[in-house]
Amino acid sequence: MAEIRVDLEKCNGCGECISSCSFSALEMKDGKVRILATCTLCGACVDACSEEAIVLEKEEKKVDVSSYRGVWVFAEQRQGQIMPVTYELLGEGRKLADYLREELSLVLLGWKIEKKARELTGYRIDKLYLVEDPLLEHYYTSFYTQTLVDLVKSEKPEIILLGATSLGRDLAPRMAARLKTGLTADCTGLEIESEERNLLQTRPALGGNIMATIISPHHRPQIATVRPKVMKRAKPDGKGQLRVIKIKPNLTSEDEMVRILDLIREEKDVVDLQEAEIIVSGGRGLGKPENFSIIRRLAHLLGGAVGASRAVVDAGWIPSYHQVGQTGKSVQPKLYVACGISGAIQHQAGMRSSEIIVVINKDPNAPIFDIATYGIVADLHRFLPLLIDKLEKREKALL
Amino acid sequence: MDIVVCIKQVPDTEELPHIRVNPETNTLVRESVKGIINPFDENAIEEALRLREAKEGRVTVVSMGPPQAKEALRKALAMGADQAILISDSSFAGSDTLATSYTLAIGIRKIGKFDLLLLGKQAIDGDTAQVGPGLAEWLSIPQITYARKIEVNGNQIRAERTLEDAFEMVEVTLPCLVTVTKEINIPRYPSLKGLLSAKRKEVLVWGADDLSLDRKRIGLEGSPTQVIKIFTPQPPPKGEILTGEIPEVADRLIEKLRERKIL
Repeated sequence: MAEIRVDLEKCNGCGECISSCSFSALEMKDGKVRILATCTLCGACVDACSEEAIVLEKEEKKVDVSSYRGVWVFAEQRQGQIMPVTYELLGEGRKLADYLREELSLVLLGWKIEKKARELTGYRIDKLYLVEDPLLEHYYTSFYTQTLVDLVKSEKPEIILLGATSLGRDLAPRMAARLKTGLTADCTGLEIESEERNLLQTRPALGGNIMATIISPHHRPQIATVRPKVMKRAKPDGKGQLRVIKIKPNLTSEDEMVRILDLIREEKDVVDLQEAEIIVSGGRGLGKPENFSIIRRLAHLLGGAVGASRAVVDAGWIPSYHQVGQTGKSVQPKLYVACGISGAIQHQAGMRSSEIIVVINKDPNAPIFDIATYGIVADLHRFLPLLIDKLEKREKALL
Repeated sequence: MDIVVCIKQVPDTEELPHIRVNPETNTLVRESVKGIINPFDENAIEEALRLREAKEGRVTVVSMGPPQAKEALRKALAMGADQAILISDSSFAGSDTLATSYTLAIGIRKIGKFDLLLLGKQAIDGDTAQVGPGLAEWLSIPQITYARKIEVNGNQIRAERTLEDAFEMVEVTLPCLVTVTKEINIPRYPSLKGLLSAKRKEVLVWGADDLSLDRKRIGLEGSPTQVIKIFTPQPPPKGEILTGEIPEVADRLIEKLRERKIL
């Protein structure tokens, strides 16, 4: 067990450690420092103490991590289509595998999907684990978890990457808990630490206000979900050296499992915001719900999706699946156009990593201007129609 | 029907911009951070209360965290929960999502039989969404994540799961674990009556010695993942305010977007 304690002989009660603690886990009692339950064993106080009075003892574990080799990418398929994030994972997975000098494998679960798998032969993948079973046609937490856990136990990969999608974020934690291994959610950066071959997993936390780098030094496989649209898509530059390994899973239907009854696509304009390259968002500055039509027009013209602030979703102007922000969706498009959105921190948390942010707002003090690439202080009701008009003319001229 | 809701106390969102990393010590600088109930967990509490109102039973709210998380549990009691339990011990410090879900699972087993386990879809500080599925795994029960609507009929629960571009209607036999999105309901404010009756209720505190835990699975030792570095992300490069007459500004914006290969 890891343990932290204060050597009362050495502690001179200077209090240096108290200000170094981010978790308010230290207090002064009778001239000596005391460690409270909020301590996370981060070790900041150990470094802060000039008397070496705080001792943190970490017990190192010895797990044979070297018997795990190779990088896996989980191929996400829905209705027999391979989802775009899979190709981004392949690009990233290839980079990691090359660095480790190991093989890159793709794991595809489904039913009657072999033909689809052939589409992947152009990519630089060493192995394809093709697992086909009628029970794997659609995503079921129980079947997918069981299949992957069995495969991991027999093949022992050192790294597994999944997309941080509704599917990946349902599957990965279940699988990691069954394997009792480390999982890092929503990574935006992956690298290898050369000495120990640990995967350095970097992800945003606290609404994007901080970044954290995480490792799983004593556990394998190291599992990470990767945020869509962050990594570069792999290019089909392989020479068809892909080896296909067909696996027959050992699955039986159980009474207590979740049954899928229906898939509902409510509206045609339910575009996947997280996959969109361009997003045009509207907020309270639109004045009334009908004015969303101008946002839709601009989005349509730019070939993008429609987003919204929490305020207008809560007011019922637009359905909640358009909401961008901390309690909505996290997006990272090439272009984000914020129209009439003041940009509270909650909204910024969901879009601040967009490549280009265009802000149109008549209030020059709106917080969203802080993160704008291009800011325009103007009434959107005057500016947007004009912009749309100019874009339409430009489009016609290009035809 | 007996429902257990797991909640987390998180820093108030309004204070997030004030949280920074001290470049010298590589630790978080938080000045007087106020704790709130994770917003999605409030939806989970609300849903539990509504189900209890329709079907009777008990609502138990559980949190794992430092002693000050009691405040969050008190609020849950004031909203109308019957019982609140804080799982807290210095040996839980440093828990990652695996150790947290294990510890919570042991605590929930101690509560006894339940029909439904509700959580928010994720916590707004860590944003991992990992404790729900992890907990379901430790308890060996099915999971339904991202539910925007649930309906209980006898021992069956039906839910609408939110996917990226569609909704999935699913059904499962209880007991099961469900994580909810904010669309599911609008959480109530504690009533005056609720606030008064919450004052009479005790928040139970369970430490490591109160639970039959495998000590290797808790705290830092039970956590496969380690945070080795935290840092403030690079601020976006200073932007440019386009000024001038509106038609001219529109032209300049189009030009900028063309330069950046958007158009």
